[in-house]
Amino acid sequence: MKTLLPPEFKIIRDEAKCIKCQVCVRQCGFEVHTYDEEEDVVLSNNAKCVACSRCVKFCPTSALNVIKNPLSYRENTNWRQEVIHDIIKQAETGGVILTGMGNDKPYPIYWDHLVLNASQVTNPPIDPLREPMELRTYLGSKPDQLVIKGKHVKTKIPPQVPIETPILFSAMSYGSISLNAQLALARAASEFGTLWNTGEGGLHKELYKYGSTTIVQVASGRFGVHPDYLYAARVLEIKIGQGAKPGIGGHLPGEKVSSPVSRTRMIPKGTDALSPAPHHDIYSIEDLAQLVYALKEATNYQKPVCVKIAAVHNSAAIASGIARAGADIIALDGLRGGTGAAPKIIRDNVGIPIELAIASVDTRLRQEGIRNRVSLIAAGGFRSSADVIKAIALGADAVYIATAALVAMGCHLCQKCYTGICNWGIATQDPYLSKRLNPDLATQRLINLLRGWSLEIKEMLGGMGINAIESLRGNRLHLRAVGLTQAEMDVLGVRQAGA
Amino acid sequence: MNRVFKLNNPYNDDKVISACSIFGMIDQSGRCFSGECVTTAIANMQVRSNGLGGGFAVYGLYPEHADHYAFHIMFLDKKAQEETANFLTENFLLTHAEKIPTRKTAGIVDPPIIWRYFLKVNSKPRIELEGLSEDDYVVAKVMEINTKIDGAFVFSSGKNMGVFKGVGYPEDISHYFRLDEYKGYLWTAHGRFPTNTQGWWGGAHPFSILDWTVVHNGEISSYGINQRYLEMFGYRCTMQTDTEVMAYAVDLLMRKHGLPIEIVADIFAAPLWSELEHMEKTEKDLRIKLRQIYSSLLINGPFTVIIAHQGEMIGLTDRIRLRPLTAGVKGDMLYLSSEEAAIRLICPDLEKAWIPRGGEPIVGRLYQKEKKELSHRKKERG
Repeated sequence: MKTLLPPEFKIIRDEAKCIKCQVCVRQCGFEVHTYDEEEDVVLSNNAKCVACSRCVKFCPTSALNVIKNPLSYRENTNWRQEVIHDIIKQAETGGVILTGMGNDKPYPIYWDHLVLNASQVTNPPIDPLREPMELRTYLGSKPDQLVIKGKHVKTKIPPQVPIETPILFSAMSYGSISLNAQLALARAASEFGTLWNTGEGGLHKELYKYGSTTIVQVASGRFGVHPDYLYAARVLEIKIGQGAKPGIGGHLPGEKVSSPVSRTRMIPKGTDALSPAPHHDIYSIEDLAQLVYALKEATNYQKPVCVKIAAVHNSAAIASGIARAGADIIALDGLRGGTGAAPKIIRDNVGIPIELAIASVDTRLRQEGIRNRVSLIAAGGFRSSADVIKAIALGADAVYIATAALVAMGCHLCQKCYTGICNWGIATQDPYLSKRLNPDLATQRLINLLRGWSLEIKEMLGGMGINAIESLRGNRLHLRAVGLTQAEMDVLGVRQAGA
Repeated sequence: MNRVFKLNNPYNDDKVISACSIFGMIDQSGRCFSGECVTTAIANMQVRSNGLGGGFAVYGLYPEHADHYAFHIMFLDKKAQEETANFLTENFLLTHAEKIPTRKTAGIVDPPIIWRYFLKVNSKPRIELEGLSEDDYVVAKVMEINTKIDGAFVFSSGKNMGVFKGVGYPEDISHYFRLDEYKGYLWTAHGRFPTNTQGWWGGAHPFSILDWTVVHNGEISSYGINQRYLEMFGYRCTMQTDTEVMAYAVDLLMRKHGLPIEIVADIFAAPLWSELEHMEKTEKDLRIKLRQIYSSLLINGPFTVIIAHQGEMIGLTDRIRLRPLTAGVKGDMLYLSSEEAAIRLICPDLEKAWIPRGGEPIVGRLYQKEKKELSHRKKERG
């Protein structure tokens, strides 16, 4: 069938600058560029271009640029170009449209409507360049009270895991991303004193040595779950849902199931790894409690158990149930959370913004007097240290970042992770592509990102007259709203700026 | 309640901000002395206040009624007083009630009606509210008066102690309430410089619940989370002042959780993580656990506070000491003050004066109490 889909992007090649070195030809895994030896010319097939920017950034003479294809349809607010193209795709394939990364639709981004406080006169700002500024956070369940005899604490405290900055790397499985990418995440987390997350793809044997900074996931497919995997970890995470695709299971296309991936996941090579939508041993909250305690029993109550859910309408009530089911940590993943592969229709339409979820969950847990029982990790599209600090002021203990970490390693958000082709060597298992990601450089870039954000958080904290992150956690008085409705401010528990 | 709230915070700000002078002195042998010295000292720091609030707390005040809860209550009108009197007779055994005697004072304008009531908890309500201690019962009733009776506000509710406070410079308040005629072994005093309100009598320091009093100089940047944390334990911060948060936090940690003041100081002004690295293991473990569990009660931002209760006075600053505190000793007397000059004015031959480190609690205790506590601790260990 002839496709009626026009190219999305257009390659502009400055022939005067092009030296026909063919770097672009070799760099593009989508085979956009080809070299015609007879004519001595480099040709480009616009239809295959995904705008990943690899050729643009690697062209030694800066001869290339990629622009949006300026194709025009008759203007129509309802029938936008994207809508028309999606219909064409489905008419030609009869399938579900897949995509990668997070929701890219123009839902309100509440972070951009929240502003922070600073001290003036009545209270001195603290200068982080000259004064101590503390970001350490302990993840884990806390009792309401300590019984102390002399210098000894008599209360038994559940396991607590320290992180030196309130930023963790969120779940990205081996399979969805390359081993080099996971290696960089593991090393950066270890060196910086935070945690990374295996996702639901098991733990490659080469990464066991990073176990003390690893969160291992137990998801509905149970891929790669065995006793050593649990023993190796610092934190165990039961994945119920994911912000990019609430209500459905993980999805790893067979193209990405190479033999090392198949060994780590304990599934046949080349098969699609489709996690079931529910855990088939969890049809209700009491079943979750059983899995939480099964994992605790298996690891002798030495490791906190986290339960990760997608932020949905009833998150507050669900979170309360999870806290009462014995979880030590709750991870909330919002509407803009990323993915390696998800049906586009779900990614773009299901779930609620993380800002609202953090606020309503924190509020509910406090109303019920059980906020101390769990730590709260927020995830889903955190772009900067400002987003992080606002999340903490709303009530999160820490945040998960994944898309930002990928971008730090080289990702340009082309959203083609599900194809198995990634010109940046991140979301691919093709050895020719994955060796492009130098784990040493990627580690350094991730550490730099954590360092930069942490320094900025310290600056903002100091400005507020606070020298420890815990004094901001849930301290919504340091936030004000600009351009929000009363209903939104009520949910966020934040007052109008100037009022 | 609405009226109290509006009076205290007419502009509906996050919290009421005020800077201040604070002073405290305790004779650890238990000898009682009049309010003259403390008035002279606090008056010497007049520049630190602006005439919108002054107050005093006195311990050992009512030896003849030592086993009674002494309620100092302010009324904005006769109706509030009648309603409160009825409430008290319904809920307590009222032994004695009287208007607190005052003098005409030039600086004191439009004072409210202020009475004191000596009360005992009779057994009936205790049976009804099984599981509550006498103190819990009194706290609940104080909260009820403050929030439900319009125009009534309880200044203090402890045994053998009392709070005198109002709008004016502290020396005027002292003159007005005739504090030179009272005696106590422990006095604290406060001069207030509020930034956002005209000041009202209930908003002055000391702030008190049961026999706990707090005088405070500072602005707590962690107020939002301290308040939300305390709410989980049933405290309602109706006044929206930093000081109220302090008082409730002390009540929770010391009275309900039974923690000694040294531990509480380590929670309010937790040592830095980097300082823990140099501690020996037991000390370090304790501090880490305190911070893990009570991190929401870390009091961040500049503060100096003098907390007092029966037989004990504690001075504490924030961990990087952003507000001043000087301590002085002469014989059995311990002095705490915003400024050293105020101490030297009333005690020129101090044996020792020093500036405590940030977060280091300075504790003055009646010797009697010290002994009791030691034997109690021995018993616990034994």
